[in-house]
This record gives sequence, structure tokens and C-alpha cells, in this order.
Amino acid sequence: MTKNLTALTMPKFGLAMTEGKLASWTLSPGDAVREGDEVADIETSKITSGYESPASGILRKQVAQAGETLPVGALLGVVADAEASDEEIDAFIASFTADTAEEGGGEAEAANADPRVITVGEHSLNVRDVGRGAGAPVLLIHGFGGDLSNWMLNQDVLARHQRVIAFDLPGHGASSKDVGDGSVTVLAEAAYELLKALDIPKAHILGHSLGGAIALALLRDYPDAVLTLTLVAPAGLEREVNAESLREMVEADRTRDMQKALQALVHDKSLVGRRMADNVLRVRRLDGAREALRTIEAACFANGQQSIDLRPVLDAARIPVTLFWGEEDEVLPVAGAKNAPDHVVKHLLPQIGHMPQLEKTVEFNRLVEAFLEKAQVTA
Amino acid sequence: MSKKSFRQAINEALRQEMRRDPTVVLMGEDVAGGQGGSSGVKDAWGGVLGVTKGLLTEFGESRVLDTPISEASYIGAAAGAAATGLRPVAELMFVDFVGCCLDQIMNQAAKFRYMFGGKARTPLVIRAMYGAGFNAAAQHSQALYPLFTHIPGLKVVVPSSPYEAKGLLIEAIRDDDPVIFLENKVMYDDIEEVPDEAYTIPFGEANLTREGDDVTIVAIGRMVGMANEAADRLAKQGISCTVLDPRTTFPLDEQTILECVEDTGRLVIVDESSPRCNMACDISALVAEQAFGALKAPIRRVVPPHTPVPFSTPLENLYMPNADKIEAAVKAVMMQKTREVA
Repeated sequence: MTKNLTALTMPKFGLAMTEGKLASWTLSPGDAVREGDEVADIETSKITSGYESPASGILRKQVAQAGETLPVGALLGVVADAEASDEEIDAFIASFTADTAEEGGGEAEAANADPRVITVGEHSLNVRDVGRGAGAPVLLIHGFGGDLSNWMLNQDVLARHQRVIAFDLPGHGASSKDVGDGSVTVLAEAAYELLKALDIPKAHILGHSLGGAIALALLRDYPDAVLTLTLVAPAGLEREVNAESLREMVEADRTRDMQKALQALVHDKSLVGRRMADNVLRVRRLDGAREALRTIEAACFANGQQSIDLRPVLDAARIPVTLFWGEEDEVLPVAGAKNAPDHVVKHLLPQIGHMPQLEKTVEFNRLVEAFLEKAQVTA
Repeated sequence: MSKKSFRQAINEALRQEMRRDPTVVLMGEDVAGGQGGSSGVKDAWGGVLGVTKGLLTEFGESRVLDTPISEASYIGAAAGAAATGLRPVAELMFVDFVGCCLDQIMNQAAKFRYMFGGKARTPLVIRAMYGAGFNAAAQHSQALYPLFTHIPGLKVVVPSSPYEAKGLLIEAIRDDDPVIFLENKVMYDDIEEVPDEAYTIPFGEANLTREGDDVTIVAIGRMVGMANEAADRLAKQGISCTVLDPRTTFPLDEQTILECVEDTGRLVIVDESSPRCNMACDISALVAEQAFGALKAPIRRVVPPHTPVPFSTPLENLYMPNADKIEAAVKAVMMQKTREVA
């Protein structure tokens, strides 16, 4: 394809996402677009998110109209060079539609991508294990009050090159609710036991927020299991934390209160709708879920401060470490990144809150892919 | 997590609460099985619609009490047991039978906390099936939630799906006040994803099953599914609806109803209970008093006629609200204007 025709297709944001609504086009036909530019807004039951162009060129054709609900993978539009003729674009659309009709094998693959609950020591952990490839596996560790869907925009992208495992921490999501003393030591042990159960001797660890502190604790307690660290707005580096926001994340029992609590996690508040808050509340209302979070809160964030100090672990780290932090983080201040040691590759993201992996997806994924690739080569 | 029916969701809620709390007991006609009595087989059916199946076997006759056909006696006994330390879940079978035990509910259970100056609690749940659409005729088809909602001291729950039923029933059992829990008899085989673990859904918070800009549809119990169906059809015609399920008629989530009406400016209420003094009247009054300025068109109610529920299938179909009637009502409010802007 010399004319660089690229299909824009309905993305798959979440585990359960089978279709999405094209809420609106951001660009008009004929507009120039660069790779990573937002071209459309996609709405699902869980999230509204910008769809970023996978290629540079000109938005030549909008195949789908605003307001249409389409299955994942459906053709939305075509980006191409100016030289491509209208006939070539029409032919591309026709062949794309034919190819998609032939495939149909997506169902079996989708079934594999469903999370499953496995027994790891004293815990039952809800695990989503996808991807294969030459690279060493990646373990994703979500933050306090989150679950594996926090990686819904990242896991499948990273899984193009290697096996990527996301799981619900003990006390979270669909995992069992016993969290012991609630310390990062206990949670890191659960993560290590999970790697052992999956027969993974060494992994790249990505940790977000409290998951970042757990990743550091993994490095401290099981140094041989950790190849690289990717820390996303990690806990454990400074004292300061938005304690009220944490409390609301646990205790909010009304949709509007939970929506407000979740909005503190992002800079663009419109990302968090009622439905997302309802989904989090479903998990909170399971027996034992709030108690587990309170135990972790008491162990890690006592008296309105972070009570875990993993700074020495980061300072002493002898493996590749990269750090992402949104400059508008309202939960853990970005100051934590500014004091990080020199050997850490830092990415400070303007206009982004506590969840860069959701708010700045394409750039985040690209930087993580590059970091992992470099680490593989060096290793 | 797995798919469960409305019936299984209720059974699981009862089972998990009975395991968790030894003071939870079941009482009612045939809750211990039914049909098997004369043949010597216990728990053959699990009640007339199989909802309590397996509970007698697991918890025994001291906690699953098969009662005589005397609503006044066992509902009264359940109220007394609640006031003295148990958490009874009494099954009234058809809600229409409340006529035989209204004093026990209205003058006793509902009033204990108030009359004893807050010193008495009455953690009683009364389960019953309600609703038309089952060819059960006039004495077994009524939707009597407005009757209970009218009585201060009662909480009234009308779940709209299996997920809702399990969480709301566990909340009801753990609540310290008398709760009337009404199950639409047409919905027992409805299926949806329901967590295996116990969970609760708080009373007095509405659930939005659809979010839209043009019309708010408030629907109760089985009507929620019909309203969703109508909303999905209307969306294809360019009319976007919010569907609001109040979950509990008391306490009622007035705030969310008013907020949705403020957003959309139009209101359709779907209620399968008889139209005089029903929830549709109550919610209309609320909105007329507190959000009149937001209304772009008169409120519409989709309700049955004021007659006994007919036995004949064609007449019963005519009697019931359905998705077509809701769709027509929404289109009607979209066409109407209350006031011309001067």
C-alpha cells in the first residue's frame, strides 16, 4: 500500500467492550491529522474517551456517522495521503469490509481474554492473562480502590509484543477480600505468588499509585523477580496524599458521591460518568470490600499521610526504572517525581491527573512500549 | 459472577443471609417445599414458584417454618419475632392476601418503633409477589406497592432485575425496620449477571438504566425493562431518554427524579398499579411542586385503567402498560408544549 491508507476502527477500551458509540468526529473530512491526534470521541457504557489516529495523513473519509453504535473493529473512517484517489479509498473500504466479514474468528480469542479466578496461596485472584511473544512478561498492578480494568486501555496494546497480566489485588475487584494486615509487604507477596503460580520467574512490573509502592516492595523483597519497573504516580515516595479523596473512594455509597471521588483521579472530569461510578459501587458493595480497603488505608495511609517509605528502594535500584506522573495529580502530588533519583527516566505530563494511563493513553502506551523494548535489547 | 434468574438471585440472597446470621428465619405458606407434604417428600417444590428451594434442606425446620394458611397469625408472629430479636423473612405469597393481615402490618409492625419511643426495632421483611400478566385474575394480580408506601413506618422495595433483587433483599434483611419486598411474578425467569458474593444496594437511591437528554421515564419494577425497550427504540428515532428506576417507593429518591427532570424538561411515569393514588400520582405531584419551571410539556402517566385486573388474556394485555404505550407517551410529550414563550 504505497498511498499509506490506514483504517480507523472502533477501538476496544475495556474487557467487556463489544461495541462502542461514535459520539462525535473531532475532525472533518479533508483535515490533516498526525499520528496520536484525537479524531473522534468514543462512548462506551464505562468511559468516554478520545480516539487517537494510528497514522498521519489526511482524514479522507468518515465511514461511520456520529451517533452510530458499532462493534469493536468496525470501520470508522480512512486516513490516507493526499495522493490517494477517491477510487482507491473506496476500493480500500470495500476490501476492508470483505476482510472483516471473512475473519469471524474473533470470538474464541475474546473468550481467552476474559479474566478468570485462580487460587494463589490464601487468595483467590481475578486474573486477566493475555498476549504472547518473545519479550519477558509484564505484570500490571493497579492502585488503591481500583481493579484490573484500570489498565483497559493499555493491556491489549502492550500484549502485542509479550504476555501481559493484569489482576485484581486482594480486597479489590473480584478477588478475595482477605488482605492480612493491609501492608504493601502482604500485597507484594500476593503479586509474587501470582507470578510463581503462572510460572513466570521474572517480569517487567508496571505499578500505578499504591500499585507503584507494591512494585517497589516487590523489588525490595523479591529482587530476582523484577526485570524493570514502570511507576505511574506511585505511592511510597513522599508523605503527602489527598486523604479525603482516598476516604471518599472507600466510603462513598451514592452514585453522585462516588462520581465526585472518581473525578479527583483525572484532570478532565468529563471522563467520569454516572455509569462508571455505578460500576465502582457494584464492587464496593460486595461484602468485605470496604473493610479490606479500610485495612489497607490504615496500613498505608495512616493519619492522612503516606506511612510507607520506599524511597530508599528506588534510590538503590539497579534495574531500569521509568516514572510517569500527571502534573495535575490531585491524589499524590507530582512533587514526588521531581525528587526522584537521576537514573530514573521521568515523564511529567501536563494537563493530566492521577491516571495518565487512561488520560494520555496513546503517548503512555508508546513510551512504555519503547521502554520495554529498550530493556529487552539491553538485557 | 454468573448469569442467574430473578428466582435464583432471591434464593441466593436468602441463603447467604441465613448462613451469615443465625437470627434470620423464614416463615410462610409452603416455604418449606409444598406439594411434597402428603407424599412424604420434603422441599419438593421450594414454595409455589420454587424461590425457597433447598433452604429447608440446608437450614432445617427450626429456621424454615411452614405455616398454616392464616396470614393474620404468621405475619403477626413474624412481627413479634422481629421485635424480640429474630430477623424473620415472611412470605405472603400473593400480595393480594395482605387483606387478611393488614392490621399486623399497618398497625403493629409499622408502628412499633414509633409507639415505643424508638426502643423497639422491627427487622422484619415481608416478601410477596405482585403484578398482572400471569393470567392470575383479579384476586392474584394486583400491584399494591402504593398501599404500603402510604403507611408511615414501612420501607417498600420493588426490584427491577435479578442483580437488583439480590442486593436489595440483602439490604432489606439487614435493615432494622419492616420492609415490604415485592417481586413481580412475571420476572422470576429473567436472567442477568449476578455476583456470587453477598452485596447490598442502599435504599432511597434511584438507578439510571439509560441516560438521555429529551425525556425522563420513571418506571417501577417490571416496568423498567419495558421502559428500556421503549428508550432503545426511541433512540433509533432520535429521541434520547433517561430511564430512572427508583428501586424503593419509600424512601423515594426525590433528588435524582428532580435532577433528571431539570435536565430533560419532560416526564413520563410508568406504573402498573391502579391509577388512583399510585406512585405515578405521587411523583407527578413532587415534580409539579418542585420542578414545574423545568417542564416543557405536561407530565404523562402510563398506567392501567381503574378496574380489577382482567383474567382474559386479550383484556389483560390491553390493561397492562407496555413498551408500545410508553413509546407513544414519550412521542406525545415531545410534541406538546405547555406554554408558548411570549
